[in-house]
Amino acid sequence: MQEILSNLQQWQARGDETALATVTWTAGSTPRTIGAKMAINSRGEFVGSVSGGCVEGAVIDEARQVIRTGRPKLVSYGISDDMAWDVGLACGGSIRVFIEKVQS
Amino acid sequence: MWLKTVSENIAAKKIFAIATVVTGAHVGAKWVIYPDGATDGAPADADWNAQVITDAQALLAAERSETRTYGDAEIFIESILPPPRLIVVGGVHTAIPLSQYAKILGFHVTIVDGRGRFATRERFPHVDELIVEWPDDVIPRLQIDAMTYVVILTHDPKFDLPALKALSATKPRYIGAMGSRETRRQHMAELRAQGVPDEFLKTVYGPVGLDLGGRSPEETALAIIAQIIAVRHGHGGGHLQLD
Repeated sequence: MQEILSNLQQWQARGDETALATVTWTAGSTPRTIGAKMAINSRGEFVGSVSGGCVEGAVIDEARQVIRTGRPKLVSYGISDDMAWDVGLACGGSIRVFIEKVQS
Repeated sequence: MWLKTVSENIAAKKIFAIATVVTGAHVGAKWVIYPDGATDGAPADADWNAQVITDAQALLAAERSETRTYGDAEIFIESILPPPRLIVVGGVHTAIPLSQYAKILGFHVTIVDGRGRFATRERFPHVDELIVEWPDDVIPRLQIDAMTYVVILTHDPKFDLPALKALSATKPRYIGAMGSRETRRQHMAELRAQGVPDEFLKTVYGPVGLDLGGRSPEETALAIIAQIIAVRHGHGGGHLQLD
């Protein structure tokens, strides 16, 4: 947590816009537990994780959009028939990730 | 702004909750709730404020985080607790990798050794606190609580016995004591003879660590930190395997 927050502050200090993604809900077997966090900046750099690498790419894309619009977003990831070949969690669980812009 | 408040609270090792509205009219609102019910930055016009405070207090007491529903709002309430502490008695070789692993795992690490040659900044540049003093003098001052893990690595009776005796008056989450089975038996018998209660001695993990089979200081340190993590989560520490 402390490391994620200090990254947000460092990025803001150098003029980047930033977002925070947090796992707010889980069901079944998931790689990271509730409260897992990832910080993202407008350059697409990130620290931390919300899964075992399964959905981080998608979260970065969502986060850059949240940074542009300023509107937070709650995104769900899990295995379903139509998602199995797209972005999902290989472990069979589901997660919800809240993505918000972080102002200095 | 919440980022500043939260960072300052973490630096000050405070216990608090962060509430974030993830759906509903106030989506994106984020504020801090303290164990006494005080808040910082809560939405002024929300009718669920009092209920969220009550729920946050209960979640803090249970050390849990959860998303709860309040009418049309879903609110993620996250408990933020100070990091667990590891106190290592004996600045020996194994204490170096042990304290490094503990730092990676987010522990606040203190090394205690009465011998100034062992407890040096050159040997332990990464630890939070380095105390050159006799363990039995220091232990009563260390505010040992249920978030504290203590490992005794000296395995020399002149350090071990006074340290364990001092620890018997405290309530840490875990005490591990290095030493072979024979050394452990002798030390336990000696402490029993000195009047240290059996109920306390039975709680000491020793020989210390999970049975990983390694012998190097680095491998021993890994077996110790793995045992601490297993104890922290209430697990036995065996293989994960299909039946």
